[in-house]
Amino acid sequence: MSAALGAKVVPLAPQTATAPAHARLRGVTRVFDLPKSTLHALGPVDLDLAKGEFFSVVGPSGCGKSTLLDILAGLSAPQSGTAEFEGKPIQGVPDGVGVVFQEDASFPWLNVRDNVAFGLRRAGMDPAEINRRVDYAVGFMGLKDFAASYPAQLSGGMRQRVCIARTLVMQPRLILLDEPFGALDQQTRLLMGDELLRLWRETSATILLITHALDEAAMLSDRVGVMSTRPGTFIDFVETGWERDRDSRVVSTPHFGDITARLWEKLRIEALKIMSAGKG
Amino acid sequence: MSEKLLRVIVVVAMILLVELLCRIGVIPRMVMIAPSDMVVELGKILASGQFSADIRITFTNIAISTVLSVLLGFVAGVIIYSLPSLRDAIEPLLASYYAVPTFVFYPIFITLFGVGSASIIAIAVLLAVVSMVTATLNGLDRIPRVLRKTGQIYRMSRVKTALLIELPAATPYLFTGVKLSVAYSFIGVIASEFILSGAGVGYAIAYAYNLFENGHMYALMLLVLIVVTVVNTFLNVIDRRLQARRQR
Ligand SMILES: Nc1ncnc2c1ncn2[C@@H]1O[C@H](COP(=O)(O)OP(=O)(O)OP(=O)(O)O)[C@@H](O)[C@H]1O
Ligand SMILES: [Mg+2]
Repeated sequence: MSAALGAKVVPLAPQTATAPAHARLRGVTRVFDLPKSTLHALGPVDLDLAKGEFFSVVGPSGCGKSTLLDILAGLSAPQSGTAEFEGKPIQGVPDGVGVVFQEDASFPWLNVRDNVAFGLRRAGMDPAEINRRVDYAVGFMGLKDFAASYPAQLSGGMRQRVCIARTLVMQPRLILLDEPFGALDQQTRLLMGDELLRLWRETSATILLITHALDEAAMLSDRVGVMSTRPGTFIDFVETGWERDRDSRVVSTPHFGDITARLWEKLRIEALKIMSAGKG
Repeated sequence: MSEKLLRVIVVVAMILLVELLCRIGVIPRMVMIAPSDMVVELGKILASGQFSADIRITFTNIAISTVLSVLLGFVAGVIIYSLPSLRDAIEPLLASYYAVPTFVFYPIFITLFGVGSASIIAIAVLLAVVSMVTATLNGLDRIPRVLRKTGQIYRMSRVKTALLIELPAATPYLFTGVKLSVAYSFIGVIASEFILSGAGVGYAIAYAYNLFENGHMYALMLLVLIVVTVVNTFLNVIDRRLQARRQR
């Protein structure tokens, strides 16, 4: 085994990449105003996403992962710090960003096809092209037999796939996924992971995936960012060193074990903090 | 399925029982005529056109009251929703609104609108509109935040988001308001006709009652019952479809 296969230890952010980052956060914090107090939810966070990178975020529950995603998506502005996408400051939702939210965001009044076509129709795309893209995405996500079904007739996992398809058809250059496979069982999760990798290879999009499953992060990503308890900051970045052409079979390699062990080592400390805080 | 069947059997059995009691004279004709006679009488008055004007006025007023209540209630609901401090102030009033017997205000309406359709519609709207306001507030509250975020992700304007996301997301709840508005409009219009009108089905029923014209009275009651049943069945079909779509 060469050293290249071991989990690489990377200095903490900021990393100085040679190419300009596709998305970049510097000193980003987010504080929520509560009725009687304030809640420091996130940061300060520094992050550079390289173009075409598959980056995953793991971190304890409530540490600010979704908050981080909202800032990258332009859905909320940071209290301090700067956020950039493709060299421009993020103000409002930038063109070219697609999001799959943690909560089910399918539209219950539209069938699967119309759900998937929703964004394309808003963009005023030519109907023939809409059909082509929707057909592809519906097939890709294994929803062909349910094209005419309504979300209420589908399982939670399938609804989440509808949301993924609805995002993919837009062909975003940056895809933000917030625990998209949370509602799926382990086997389906691994297979969906393979599909996601296939998609990533085909589109060369930059992906940021939030997950609480360490194996998922270890298997899918080029790089995994580990977050601390709230207010979340990155306490470690782990480069996996996988080939671009990987799939879920990497889970049986020793290197996969090394990566998950490294992730767990970091997260265990954070999880213990929460446990002891809960007791005290 | 069998539950439905049982319900039909119960209703039919009740009707047959009343029919029997009327036929053998346990229920005197002066009190109530047999259901089959009600049907015959209804056929007669519909054929003669004797009450056509009353029927037309009543159902027109109900329709106007429903439409006004739904529109006014929806607009008021949206306004109240967008002003949280106003909402905090008046929400308790809305909650206890139906404790007020609206009909006691009928003299005010007669003073304002005179005797006739305008007063009747005003009372019916007063009765119905708050149910629509409440349903609108509830519907807007129930729109999942993530759907609004989705609208933002597709870079939709405020108006487009309202029309293409918020409105359809709230529709099942709004429809509850529509159903209540219809019901309250029926009650408001027909009950008002008893007390402050010289026309309409409610008036005709009261008139027939005073003249001991049981045939006319029961025929008109049956008519109201049939219309209410048909309208409600129709609304329930739509409602069930909307509710089936609602998943969260
Ligand atoms: N709109 C908001 N207003 C107030 N507090 C908020 C808001 N959104 C999030 N928070 C709080 O900020 C903190 C971080 O929330 P966030 O949803 O980003 O965590 P997360 O890491 O995504 O958690 P999970 O793993 O449970 O999804 C939490 O304590 C949450 O309660
Ligand atoms: Mg989250």
